[in-house]
Amino acid sequence: MFDYCAEPGVLSGLTWWSCYLTTGKQFDFYLSFGTVLLLLGLTMPFILLLGFSGALARRSRFLPLRWLGLTYTSMVRGIPDIIFFMFALIALDQGIEYLRHIVLCPDWTEPIRQGSDFRVCPAAKMPLGNSPQWVHEVYGFFLAMIGFAVVFGAFAANTIYGAMAAVPGAQLETGAAFGMSRRQVFRRILLPQMWVYALPGLSNLWMILVKATPLLFLLGVEDIVYWARELGGAKTARYEYPHGDWRLGYFLVLLVFYLLLTWISERAFARLTRRVSRGQMSAGGTV
Amino acid sequence: MSCAETFAAYALRAVGIGERLLPRADITFCEQAILIGSGMIWNIYFAVLALALGFFLAVGVALARASDRWVFRAPAQAFIFVFRGSPLFIQFFIAYETFVLIPKAGFDISLGFIDITAETRWLTKAWLGALIVLFLNTSAYTAQIFHGALMAVPKGDVEAADAIGMSPRTRFRRVVFPTMLRLAWASYTNEAIFLFHATTLVFFSSFPAWRQKGDALYYANYFADKTFNPFVPYPIIAAYFVLFTLLLTLASGLVNRRLNRHLRGQRQ
Repeated sequence: MFDYCAEPGVLSGLTWWSCYLTTGKQFDFYLSFGTVLLLLGLTMPFILLLGFSGALARRSRFLPLRWLGLTYTSMVRGIPDIIFFMFALIALDQGIEYLRHIVLCPDWTEPIRQGSDFRVCPAAKMPLGNSPQWVHEVYGFFLAMIGFAVVFGAFAANTIYGAMAAVPGAQLETGAAFGMSRRQVFRRILLPQMWVYALPGLSNLWMILVKATPLLFLLGVEDIVYWARELGGAKTARYEYPHGDWRLGYFLVLLVFYLLLTWISERAFARLTRRVSRGQMSAGGTV
Repeated sequence: MSCAETFAAYALRAVGIGERLLPRADITFCEQAILIGSGMIWNIYFAVLALALGFFLAVGVALARASDRWVFRAPAQAFIFVFRGSPLFIQFFIAYETFVLIPKAGFDISLGFIDITAETRWLTKAWLGALIVLFLNTSAYTAQIFHGALMAVPKGDVEAADAIGMSPRTRFRRVVFPTMLRLAWASYTNEAIFLFHATTLVFFSSFPAWRQKGDALYYANYFADKTFNPFVPYPIIAAYFVLFTLLLTLASGLVNRRLNRHLRGQRQ
């Protein structure tokens, strides 16, 4: 980055640090913080959407749909999220390739599962074998995103279902007494009021989501944990910037990052709670 | 190999008893179910010990957090903030890297009837190192729950205890503590379930599985890698976890009935 960094071997002190911290790999590390924030930002809308659909399915008057909603919302209570992630990653990957295989290679006669192999025709590979590296990375990130959305969507569905049930029944009856249809009662009375009840649960969900992002590393995404391990590992004199095992230092940086993130989130949610409680008939409400 | 033979060979494989080599080729459903079940021993070991020990630390930390004295309150707040504010996964990494740096040494501990040499290298093994992290982690979460409940103990109850002349000690033991536990129980059950599920992280976060002695997810992942078919091992491990979570919920319900026994007949 700087001109004087051309000969790292002779540097020492502050100049060494200024060069070490501005290498290309270090910038990959800095950018990976963005990956984490991107995952959080991109996934949250899908989580809310899935949560909303799950809650509505559970309230449905149509029995099979209600069962579907109940299964979806109760699965996260029984099964650890990490099992879901690891399963969803391979299952989605194989599922997509299987579908593409059927569509793209109808003449293929060999079985797909041969012993311990999963073999689809080359055209059905996802991403294609000759795709550039970034396509593989984006695809991996995309699969991880789906995994996160499905698991945390179930959490959100539980919260939203509870919040919808918490809106005082008398209010809904009042709406009905005014001659509103079921849909109108839902849109004009239930929906605006449920947020107050949903917010504590959703803020909790956000905290759990933030603290689950290091699992991206297990899903093969090059996130901050990946780079912390990569850069922190001992570097021999063959490297430009040799140093001992600095992984502890790197992980302490991650610790500070997460503490900051959760601390800021907590304060933001406290403000939001005050805001949505305005004019509500609840203990925290101000008229 | 019949299923009974497989059971004999692999049922205790996770703790190092039985067949040394894991199944490699022609993996049967039976082998998967038994080996993953064997791994559950570790998940249950971590969950039971961390929760049992964490309960006591959590009560202490919650009381310190509620203290008027700054010297008690500040450390308790910092402890809760650090362990609740950061991912367990990162905590595992940091703990492991720290434990590795500790010089190797042995300490003789005399228990009166037996002498044990405690070695610092045990800390880098999952059975102790990961247990310590889980113990501290659940203590922080539980302390926060207990602190909330402590603040919600009705003032009238405490004043009534004072009025009939209870000493602070008796008041805590007979009024404050039972009420706190009762108020906190639902959230505490949730935390217990979360911790139980978090035990699956142990062998995926630096702590090595020595001689392939791992937990249920370690074996499920092993089979998924070997057979390249995730549709068998993962549903098996999911079923195990659903079963044990159900047992945990039932046990918690029984404790809850006991805690609320004076309310029998009313809505609980």
